[in-house]
Amino acid sequence: MGKFRKDGKKGLPPISTASLPDIIFMLLFFFMVATVMREVTLVVSVKSPEASEVQKLEDKSLVSFVYIGKPTKALKAKWGESDRIQLNDAFAEVEEIQSYIYEKVEKIAEYKRKKHIVSMKVDEEAKMGLVTDVKQELRKANALKINYSTRKIVAK
Amino acid sequence: MAARETPEVSAGSMADIAFLLLIFFLVTTTMDVDSGIVRKLPPPLPPDMPKPPEVIKRNVYQVLINSSDKLLINKKPGSLADLRRDVKEFLTPHFPDNPNFPETKVEDIDFIGTYNKSKGIVSMQNDRGTSYSTYIYVQNELAAAVRELRDELAKQYFGMDFKTLLETDKDKAKAIQKAIPMAISEAEPANFGGNQ
Repeated sequence: MGKFRKDGKKGLPPISTASLPDIIFMLLFFFMVATVMREVTLVVSVKSPEASEVQKLEDKSLVSFVYIGKPTKALKAKWGESDRIQLNDAFAEVEEIQSYIYEKVEKIAEYKRKKHIVSMKVDEEAKMGLVTDVKQELRKANALKINYSTRKIVAK
Repeated sequence: MAARETPEVSAGSMADIAFLLLIFFLVTTTMDVDSGIVRKLPPPLPPDMPKPPEVIKRNVYQVLINSSDKLLINKKPGSLADLRRDVKEFLTPHFPDNPNFPETKVEDIDFIGTYNKSKGIVSMQNDRGTSYSTYIYVQNELAAAVRELRDELAKQYFGMDFKTLLETDKDKAKAIQKAIPMAISEAEPANFGGNQ
């Protein structure tokens, strides 16, 4: 009958932490895969409008970004309150868009160049005037596929 | 003791290292996937372009947005809320011929057979002072109208909505796209709302 020996002195055995690294690694890999690194620092503030009919941007290497919005708070004093264009990391003028697009397209492998797409990240309070100018420049640069960046809302 | 085994490397700090990396990725992660409304711009016009053929008036649904974000639809003030419904009605093929709606054209389409395709085109034009959010709203409503029409047709013929069809059978989805094209054209912008 010694099988059911009651041993009051013994406490709970310590929980093994040997599998802890495995769990952490699992989480780590999840975040590594899900992470999108931010490439540029924004100098304009952009709050995208909402839309329901959206498509995802598939391949990041085929996308060039054009940002339009008001300068961020810290830069307002120097750059004023009106809408501005940002290419790469700095403010730009409308005339610079063509060379920017050519430069970006050059980096894409030749057989994929047709799939090049320009993502326009425009602040919802921006006026269409500047956006239109940018679109005309994109036409001249033959970058005809564009994507108006929006936040997704569920369709009514 | 010539063949002494190398002592085992302690794995105790592995968790710490993994934690460190985990926290780094947690902090740098932005979860949002870039998405948006996809549009195609018209190619630049050659200078010696012949004049485009006149489009019959009843085939065009004209949407103008002025600088105070108000709509003018076929020369009458329109409302943003009804836009989707009205565009949908306009683009629905009306057969037999109804002079209040665009003409139809009988076309043979794979998987569908003969289909009365609507010749309607939605033309949108905006002012330089139009706000971007209104512009996107209108673009979105137009795209939604076309999407809903496609959904209805896909349900009728293939028993599923267009999105599922696009994932399962590309050829059938193409047939739907052919029957209901994304007939949205954007006119060159005007400046009819004062200077901006």
